[in-house]
Amino acid sequence: MAPLPIHGTVYGVLLNAQHEWSLCESAMHEAPYQAPPSAPVLYIKTANTWSAHASAIALPAHVPEIEIGATLGVVMGAANASDAPHIRGFVLLNDVSIPHSVSAQGFYRPPVKYKNLDGFLGVGATLVPAVDVPHPNALTLQVHVNGVLRQTVDLQHMRRHLPALLADVSEFMTLQAGDVLMLGLDVCAQGEDAARRPRARAGDVIEIHAPQAPALGVLRNPLVQESA
Amino acid sequence: MKHARVMVEGHVFDATEQDDQLRLSDGRTVAQAAVQWLAPLSAVARPRTVLALGLNYADHAKELAFKEPPKEPLAFVKGEAGLIGHRQFTRRPAGVKFMHYECELAVIIGRRAKHVRKGDALDYVDSYSVANDYAIRDYLENWYRPNLRVKNRDTCTPLGPWRVDAADLHAQYGDRLELNLRTTVNGRLTQQGNTRDMIFDVPTLIEYFSSFMTLHPGDVILTGTPDGVVDCQVGDVVVTEIEGIGALTNTISQG
Repeated sequence: MAPLPIHGTVYGVLLNAQHEWSLCESAMHEAPYQAPPSAPVLYIKTANTWSAHASAIALPAHVPEIEIGATLGVVMGAANASDAPHIRGFVLLNDVSIPHSVSAQGFYRPPVKYKNLDGFLGVGATLVPAVDVPHPNALTLQVHVNGVLRQTVDLQHMRRHLPALLADVSEFMTLQAGDVLMLGLDVCAQGEDAARRPRARAGDVIEIHAPQAPALGVLRNPLVQESA
Repeated sequence: MKHARVMVEGHVFDATEQDDQLRLSDGRTVAQAAVQWLAPLSAVARPRTVLALGLNYADHAKELAFKEPPKEPLAFVKGEAGLIGHRQFTRRPAGVKFMHYECELAVIIGRRAKHVRKGDALDYVDSYSVANDYAIRDYLENWYRPNLRVKNRDTCTPLGPWRVDAADLHAQYGDRLELNLRTTVNGRLTQQGNTRDMIFDVPTLIEYFSSFMTLHPGDVILTGTPDGVVDCQVGDVVVTEIEGIGALTNTISQG
């Protein structure tokens, strides 16, 4: 099994994709949300969620299917003299969730019970140095399930590209060396998963890769049913 | 035994309380005033999980009587980088209107915990500490609320001074740990409560979290705060104290 290339706190960001934002926009002014979020809304994928590339992710018996959250994680380096955020590199991530939606008020309370289950973050085997990914938001990610293309995530379509995201997060907290920040998840544009993230079940094999950045490798995780 | 983690002459030491002084892991004994206090947690290999609870005290029996009692804990996750020690400084951003302390019993996990039953849960607790889980309400948004901009700010989670061995505390106070909590601001009592009024008690919280996530040694659960939070200004000295554990001092600075 591949060793994990990350060792810091992993932060995700809610609703950074323009398409998903647009789909949620009508609910944003209703209860319980009342207004669109103004600052980045973050969450943490605790260390118990980390699954190395090629290792199986176990679904508890009460979880028939999960959402696949393909994204790129930026890994922070040590701060330098200029005080600007220093980026060490990038890694593929699969932020697995139990499905929860804006309409069912699933975005109102923190998503611990949806996102912090054991194994619910696939982590790519390779940390690619920042110098080799000069324009992370220019990348697309492809999600295959059992060899079938289910989603293409275009990181260009994030509302906050990496520099703005880092700036707005840094306004309220300091990312430490080794911490990881996701660039954002998106929903599918069309097909069986239109307007939601692709779903998968025990027995499926999920693969995520970035065609323009093959050095990131392929992040592959099979899903299995948790033994009782 | 009471354990601390301190910096002396630029070096970090584990320490224990001895006759009102600190005995460092290298054998030296130093005055408490001679050290810089860090959060009293041992180093861990991977980032520690810091779970926290909202709305976990039933102070307002009347108020709650009109509402459905909560069915499950309101939990959120914090990054460990926001933790600071005793006698340190917490920054209040310029222009905010409402920044308040939250005195909380902190539970530190001692053994790998998965699918733990309530009746066994205390076997998984290493120690207890005092947390002050500051919130800046100006930044509240109704998205994954309480959002991290409110709850995960640099310097905004003092912890300490000590972590007290669970066995010692339970030997003195019993399994239910009915401990008084109090907060003073510049010496004036502003918050009072007792851990018996938690809606979800420590064993229930360990059962709940471990039902879907593995807790590891060194992970922390901040168990929520009772009623009585007030706005704090730059220069205020805030002391959050829990019976049998300690008094955690913090000063608000301009941020």
